[in-house]
Amino acid sequence: MSPEPLVEAVHVTKRYGTTVALRDAGILVRPGATHALVGRNGAGKSTLVSILTGLQAPDEGTVSFEGEPAPPLGDRDAWRRRVACVYQKSTIIPELTVAENLFLNRHPGAPLIKWSALRRDAAELLATWDVAVDVTRPAGELSVEQRQLVEIARALSYDARLIILDEPTAQLDGPAINRLFDRMRGLQERGVTFLFISHHLEEIYRVCDEVTVFRDAQHIVTGSVAELPPADLVSAMTGDATALTRRAARPPLPAGTPAVLEVQDLDGVSFQVRAGEVVGLAGSGGSGKKEIAEAVAGLRRPRAGSIRVGGTPLKPGSVPASLAAGVGLVPQDRHHEGFVPDLSIAENLTMTVPRRLGRFGTISRKRRDRLAHTLIDELAVKTPGPDLPVSALSGGNQQKVVMGRALANDPKLLVLIQPTAGVDVRSKETLLGVVDKVRENGTGVLVASDELDDLRTCDRVVVLFQGRQVAEFGSDWSDHDLVAAMEGLNSDDE
Amino acid sequence: MTSDVSTTSGGSTATNEAVPKAPSAASARRLQIARLRDLALVPAIIVIAIVGYFVNPVFLSSQNLVNILQTMAEIGLLVLAQTLVLIAGKMDLSLESTFGLAPGLAAWLIVEPGVTHGLGAVPGWAGVPITLAVGAVIGLINGLLIVRFRLHGFVVTLGMLIVLRGLLTGISGGQTFFGLPSSMMYLGSTVWLGVPVSVYVCFALFALGIVALGYTRVGRSLYAIGGNADAARAAGIRTDRVLWAVLIVASMLAALGGLMLSGRLASVAAAQGDGAIFTVFAAAVIGGVSLNGGKGTVFGAFTGILLLYVIQNVLTLAGVPAQWIAALNGAIILCALIISRITSGRAQE
Repeated sequence: MSPEPLVEAVHVTKRYGTTVALRDAGILVRPGATHALVGRNGAGKSTLVSILTGLQAPDEGTVSFEGEPAPPLGDRDAWRRRVACVYQKSTIIPELTVAENLFLNRHPGAPLIKWSALRRDAAELLATWDVAVDVTRPAGELSVEQRQLVEIARALSYDARLIILDEPTAQLDGPAINRLFDRMRGLQERGVTFLFISHHLEEIYRVCDEVTVFRDAQHIVTGSVAELPPADLVSAMTGDATALTRRAARPPLPAGTPAVLEVQDLDGVSFQVRAGEVVGLAGSGGSGKKEIAEAVAGLRRPRAGSIRVGGTPLKPGSVPASLAAGVGLVPQDRHHEGFVPDLSIAENLTMTVPRRLGRFGTISRKRRDRLAHTLIDELAVKTPGPDLPVSALSGGNQQKVVMGRALANDPKLLVLIQPTAGVDVRSKETLLGVVDKVRENGTGVLVASDELDDLRTCDRVVVLFQGRQVAEFGSDWSDHDLVAAMEGLNSDDE
Repeated sequence: MTSDVSTTSGGSTATNEAVPKAPSAASARRLQIARLRDLALVPAIIVIAIVGYFVNPVFLSSQNLVNILQTMAEIGLLVLAQTLVLIAGKMDLSLESTFGLAPGLAAWLIVEPGVTHGLGAVPGWAGVPITLAVGAVIGLINGLLIVRFRLHGFVVTLGMLIVLRGLLTGISGGQTFFGLPSSMMYLGSTVWLGVPVSVYVCFALFALGIVALGYTRVGRSLYAIGGNADAARAAGIRTDRVLWAVLIVASMLAALGGLMLSGRLASVAAAQGDGAIFTVFAAAVIGGVSLNGGKGTVFGAFTGILLLYVIQNVLTLAGVPAQWIAALNGAIILCALIISRITSGRAQE
């Protein structure tokens, strides 16, 4: 009944020095069945991907494509014809045009390249797969979504029919994710099979047919998505029965609690955050939630309106002023604005508070390490010590450091932008747990996110759509209503 | 500018037929713009030339123009060499020392002991092959250190710059080699149809560079490597091999440029090429070549060096004292950078 598997890896073991990245693990992807690969950071997903794409050879075990053994590592063309991976990190060359990226190193025409033929071929290729991107644009101008589509089309042009998507949704907003899923279904009908890697379990239920779970370098379970309810999947990933639990309802704040943040008519948006309150700012990409949050943190100068923190007006567009007023920020892109990768954890954690580390511009190592230790414990950062460079940590732990950096200043107001993007389940729990702890100490929290799990911690959720404030929910919203409001479907709240 | 065209449709099948058509109109426009960016310095060169004519009519005399082209030709090869290296995402500071050492070493081996520090060990005809071979060897050493052993390119070539300059000073005793064999003089001193051979060589090599980088796979692979080396590797480009080749070709071009200067001056000074690397970088950057790799064209670099030399010539003709030219040169470079920042609208880093 079942045809030859598209790709099968059996008894694969891979070691790096003393670390075992994969232990007797395997996967079987059948043609036409979108397959999910899930697991927490360090479960061995990336290692398996690099083995399946021929970037590394397994120490033990075999990989086969449609029943035939995998080609030798050196034969890149043979690998490219079988499998392609769209990584989180872009593999396009930003300075070159889309057309040239598609046909890099296989330009038509020899010895001299025929540019018109190249553009025509590229346009045809994209048209074949319904990708509406102008091939003469420099690839660096593409959005993340367009870039992924171009990379998928490039993989298909090599005749690869197995495409690995490595956390493709991490940098996309809600509507873009929907479009990606529609496209995946469309390509599936045309005979393309996806191996889908994601941290977001709900996405797996939306788009995948089968799922394989890895934990601690080992294969745990493979099954049809329909037969594995979310709770089982989470426990397979974490090894115990922790699930993303709904937080207990909190008693309402006493009347007369002072507001720590008052946003007045800021580009048309007004709301308050009171001390000890967690307010969500929901909306998809382009809704303006990130802009509002960044204005509060001083990263952006708003066009109109005023921001008051703790009752005093905030100097617009000044990060030092926001820090002094007691605003802590966890920025959207941790790699970009969150930390300095080669500096130690201690240095990153205390970057916002040099004044607390010593007098007259000096820095006391002892004080710094003491403060760092406190924060590391508080946030459960998994590290041998505060001297490790942040670049050596996993994504979830890096995000904890970014969170710690925001908390080092004992903020009156904590601003989080997409705090759990690209973070594994356990770290997500920790991070959101920190939010709860912070609020108990009377800090106001503003969570700008389109991630439902992030918003579950909120007492209130303000929804933005295309820069307008369209709805507000209490803590008892339903997923459906909130998502509908974020997508701009909710007309009765106007 | 034309980005609106591509974002209009979200990828529905209904637009299927329109897809190949819509971009073709946009692509024509975009090509024009790309070409315009390449030609950005041409109006500036023409304006300076007109100004030059009014400052001193001698400027447009054929003798003066040939003089500009000839002095430019020698440094021009360094610019061409540096452009290749920069596009591939590296830097080679040692080119200016290669420019002096390669002909210097040839002269040292050939010149009779009586004249200067020469050895007189090698016949005169070997001058050109030795010069080029020295260039190739220097490129090999750079490649070995940068590509093979993964040392930092900037620092490696800085070290090479000092070592090679010191070698030339050592073998020459700090003096100038005279009495070069005629084979080494040919490129710099022979005139065809009123124009020195070095000018033809320079133009031919730039033309070759334009074709190679614009229309061959190897040439395009330089852009790929400079833009995103991992992506280039993933596309099957042998990045290490290409980098080796680029470094060797660049050093050989520098050696050839040095040979042309030696031929014109009929000598090799111990300081030949000293300090030239700054002009070379300036010309490349003014011509639109990015120091971060992956961006720029050979033609742009050519207009960059041409602009610098035309301005320098006009200043000389205007009677600006030689002592002030350096300061003005620096100011010109800064102005050119500011203008290109404004016109391109992009941060240069």
